[in-house]
Amino acid sequence: MTALAQQIVSGLAAGGIYASLALALVLIYSAMGLVNFAQGEFAMFSTFIAWALIVALHLPYALAFVGAVLFGFGAGIVLERAVVRPFEKSSPLILVIVTLALFSIANGLAGAIWGYVPKPFPSPFPVTPISLGGVLVSLQDMAVIGITLVVLGLISLFLTRTRLGLALRAAALYPESASLMGVRVGWMLALGWGLASAVGAVSGILVAPIIFLEPNMMQGTIIYAFAAAVLGGIDSPLGAVVGGLSLGVALNLIGAYIPQLADVRLGVALLLLVLVLVLRPAGLLGRPEVSRV
Amino acid sequence: MPLLELNGLQAWYGQRHVLHGVDISVEEGQIVALLGANGAGKTTTLRSISGMVSRSGQMCFNGRPLSRAPADETARLGIAHVPEGRGTMGQMSVLENLRLGAYVRRDRKNVAGDFRRVFEYFPWLAQRQKQAAGTLSGGEQQMLAVGRALMSRPKLLLLDEPSLGLAPLVVRSIVEIVATINRTDGVAVLLVEQNAALALNVAHQAYVLESGRVVLSGKADELSKNESVRRSYLGY
Amino acid sequence: MARTGPGLRIAIGVLVAVVAVGLPFQASGFQSLELAYALTFAIAILGLNLLIGYSGQISLGHGAFLAVGGYVTAIGQQRYGLNYLVTIPLAGIISGLIGFLVGLPALRLHGIYLALATFALAVAAPSVMKKPADLTGGVKGIILPPYTSLVPGLSDDQYFYFLCLLITVILFLVSYNILRKRPGRAFKAVRDGELAAAAFGINVSTYKTLAFAISAIYGGVAGSLYATATGFVSPDSYPFQLSILLLVGAVLGGIATIEGAIFGGLFTEFLPIFSQQALTPISRQLANAAPAVTQGIVLLIVMFVARQGIAGLLRQGYAALRGRLRTDAQTLKPAGESPPTGIR
Ligand SMILES: Nc1ncnc2c1ncn2[C@@H]1O[C@H](COP(=O)(O)OP(=O)(O)OP(=O)(O)O)[C@@H](O)[C@H]1O
Ligand SMILES: [Mg+2]
Repeated sequence: MTALAQQIVSGLAAGGIYASLALALVLIYSAMGLVNFAQGEFAMFSTFIAWALIVALHLPYALAFVGAVLFGFGAGIVLERAVVRPFEKSSPLILVIVTLALFSIANGLAGAIWGYVPKPFPSPFPVTPISLGGVLVSLQDMAVIGITLVVLGLISLFLTRTRLGLALRAAALYPESASLMGVRVGWMLALGWGLASAVGAVSGILVAPIIFLEPNMMQGTIIYAFAAAVLGGIDSPLGAVVGGLSLGVALNLIGAYIPQLADVRLGVALLLLVLVLVLRPAGLLGRPEVSRV
Repeated sequence: MPLLELNGLQAWYGQRHVLHGVDISVEEGQIVALLGANGAGKTTTLRSISGMVSRSGQMCFNGRPLSRAPADETARLGIAHVPEGRGTMGQMSVLENLRLGAYVRRDRKNVAGDFRRVFEYFPWLAQRQKQAAGTLSGGEQQMLAVGRALMSRPKLLLLDEPSLGLAPLVVRSIVEIVATINRTDGVAVLLVEQNAALALNVAHQAYVLESGRVVLSGKADELSKNESVRRSYLGY
Repeated sequence: MARTGPGLRIAIGVLVAVVAVGLPFQASGFQSLELAYALTFAIAILGLNLLIGYSGQISLGHGAFLAVGGYVTAIGQQRYGLNYLVTIPLAGIISGLIGFLVGLPALRLHGIYLALATFALAVAAPSVMKKPADLTGGVKGIILPPYTSLVPGLSDDQYFYFLCLLITVILFLVSYNILRKRPGRAFKAVRDGELAAAAFGINVSTYKTLAFAISAIYGGVAGSLYATATGFVSPDSYPFQLSILLLVGAVLGGIATIEGAIFGGLFTEFLPIFSQQALTPISRQLANAAPAVTQGIVLLIVMFVARQGIAGLLRQGYAALRGRLRTDAQTLKPAGESPPTGIR
C-alpha cells in the first residue's frame, strides 16, 4: 500500500512538470488558437538564463528563479510582437511553421551560447526523503508539486480576479467586442505569450535538476506536455494541470507495475494523445466545441 | 462645435466601396437617428466611427481627429458602440461583461456607483450577475449590451438596431431607457433603428442614408412629416 | 519571335538536364553521394508537398514514412534475400498502405490538431521501431549491403546517383500527371474549401486519404534510397527532427509547386552542411549550432517575404523574363500570370 502511495507521489511530481509546461501551451492556445511548438525551447532558454545567473553572477537560487521567469515573460512578449504578430490572422500551417522556426532558433542559439554538453543544475530542495505517514517523499518532489499548484493558483486568480486578466480572456474569446470596449487586443495576445513563457520557465527550472541542462532537454517533456494539455482539454488551464498530474501518475504506475510497457511510456503517452484528439478533442475539461481549426 | 462631425466619410470592405461621402454631425446631448433601407450603409457608418473598417474622410470627435484611430482607441476617447448583434461575450458572466464595459475607466472609485446605476435601469440584471451572458434571452442581452456601454461613461453612444428580433414591448422599453439615459446623463446617441417611428419620436435630429450617401436630413419632427420619409419608412 | 515561351522553356529544360547528368562527372564520389541524398529528400518533400499543398493537410511526421521505407528495404534484403532494387517499390507500397491507414483518423483532425497528431507519430516512430527487436534489430538496427555499380564505367557513387535521378524523374513525372488531370483538380478543390468541393460531387474523404497514401508512397521510396545511401537503419536515423527538416524543405522550396521539391531537397541536404562549414573556423560550438539557427532564420525569412518559396520567386522571375522577351517582340500581352502557389 505504501509502495503504491509512493509511486503516486513521485508520479505527481513528474506530472507537475508536465502540467506547468502544458499550462503554458494552454495559455497561448486559448489566446490565439495556436499550439506553440517552441514552448519547450523557450523554457529551456529561460532555464539557461537561470543557470547563468546562478553560476556566472552567483545570485541566490530564488533571485535567479525570479530573474529567469521575468526573462521568459519579457521574451514571450517581444517575440509575439516582433515575430508572431504579422501572422496572427494566418492559417494554422503558417503559424505552426513560424513556431517551428522559433524552435530551431532558440535551440540553436542556446547551443551556440552554452554548448551541448549537459550541465548539472542546482536545486535548493534536498532529495533526501522524509517520511509522511510511512510514505517516503523527497522535498524535491513536494516542492515540484507545490510550485505547480501555486503557479496554477496565481494564473487562475489573475485570469478571473483582475481587470487585466479579464481583458486577456475577452481579447482571446471575443476580439471584436473586446476592442470595442477599449481593450488593446494585440497587446493582450502578447501578454498571453509572456505569461506562457514565464510559466514555461518555471517548468524548465523544475525539471533541469532531474534531467540535466542542455539545449535538447525539453524535447521529451514537451511531448508529455502536449499529451497532458490535450488530455485535460487544450483550452482549459485547470485541465492542463489535471491532465499533467494524471499523466504523470499513470505513466509512473505503468512503469512500476507493467514492466513490459516500461520502456515505451513515451509511446503510451503519444497513443493517448492521438486517441484523445480523434475521439474527444475537447479533452477532459475543455469546451466541447472545436470550431477553431 | 458639434461633438461628432463626419465630413465626406468613405468606407471600404476590402475592394468594396460602401460609403461614398457621408456628412453627419451629432451635437452634445442630442439623440440622432440614422435611417435607411437594408444595405444602405448604416452599420458601416457606425463601424467607421468606432474604427472597425477602413475608412477615409474627415472625422472629428470632441475636437480630436478620428480618422486613424482603431477601435480600442475610439473606446478610450469616449465612444461606446453597441454593435449589430449585441457583441455579447456569451461565455463570460453578466458581471464580467459589465466589468469589461468599465475597462477604459480611469476613475475606478466611481465604478461601483455606475454598477448601481445600471442595476437601477435594469433591475433584473442584479439578480443574474453570475449567469453566463450567453444564456440570457435576446432582449436581455440587448439590455446588457446597453448597460455594458453605460459602464464606460461614454460621451457618445452608438446603437445599432437595438430592436432587432425583439418583442414590440421590449423595443419600446429599450428605446425609452435610452431616452432617459440621454436626458439624465447627457449622453449623446447615434441611433440606427428599423422602427423609424419610434426612432424619430425620441430623436432630435435624423439622417436618411441611401446607397452610402445621405439623401435627407433635418430635425426629427420635420422629417417625420416629410412625404417620402413617411412613405418609405413610416408606412403611412 | 512571338513564340519565346516554349523556346525558353526548352532551353531551361535542357540546361537542367545537362547539369543533372553532368554533375556526378565533375564531383567527387562523396559529393555524388551528397547529391543523391538531395534527390532522396526531394522525393520525400515532393510527397509532403502534394499532401500539404494540394490537400491542405499538415504533416509534421513524414519522417515516419521514411523510416518505414528504410526498414522495408533493410528487412527485405536481410531476411528475405530480396534484391534491393525490388525493395524500392515494395517500400513505396507498404509505406503507402500505412499512409492510407494514417489518413483515416487524420480525416477527423484539422489544422493544428493534425499537426499535433502527426508530430506525435514522428516522435513515437523510433521507439516503435525498437520493439520487435528480432525483426528490426532493436536499438542497433540493421546494416545494409553496400550498393555496387551495375553499369560499366560508372563508379558506385555515380551509379547510385543516377539510380536516384532516374527514380526522381519518374516520380516527378507521375505527380505532374496526377496534378494536371482530374485528381489534381479535385485535390485543389478540397484544399480550397471542403464544403464547396463536396457540393461539386467530389468525395472529400477519399481524396484526402488518397493524398496521404500517395505522399506516403513517395516517403517510402525516399526512405528506401536514404537507407541504402546511409548503409544502415536504426531508430536513431529517424529522429523527429527529420520530419521537421522535410517540412522546412517543402516550405522553402515552395508549397504547392512540383519543382519546389528539388530546391527543397538541395537545401535540406546542403544548408546544414554549408552553414556548419562556414562557422567551423570560428568555433566548433557555433558550428554545431549553425544548422538549427540558419534553418529557423531562413524559415522566418520565407514566411515574411516569400511565402511561395524559391519556386514561387523563380516563377515570378520567369514570368518577368518572358514578359520582357515578348515586349521585345512587340506582343503586349500581360506577363503570364503564375498559378497560385505557396502556403495559405
Ligand atoms: N463584411 C462585409 N464585406 C463586404 N461587404 C459588406 C460587409 N458588410 C457589409 N457589406 C456591404 O456594405 C453595404 C452596407 O452594409 P451595412 O451593413 O452598412 O448596411 P446597413 O445599412 O446596416 O443594412 P441593414 O439595415 O441590413 O443592417 C451592403 O451592401 C453590404 O452588402
Ligand atoms: Mg446594419
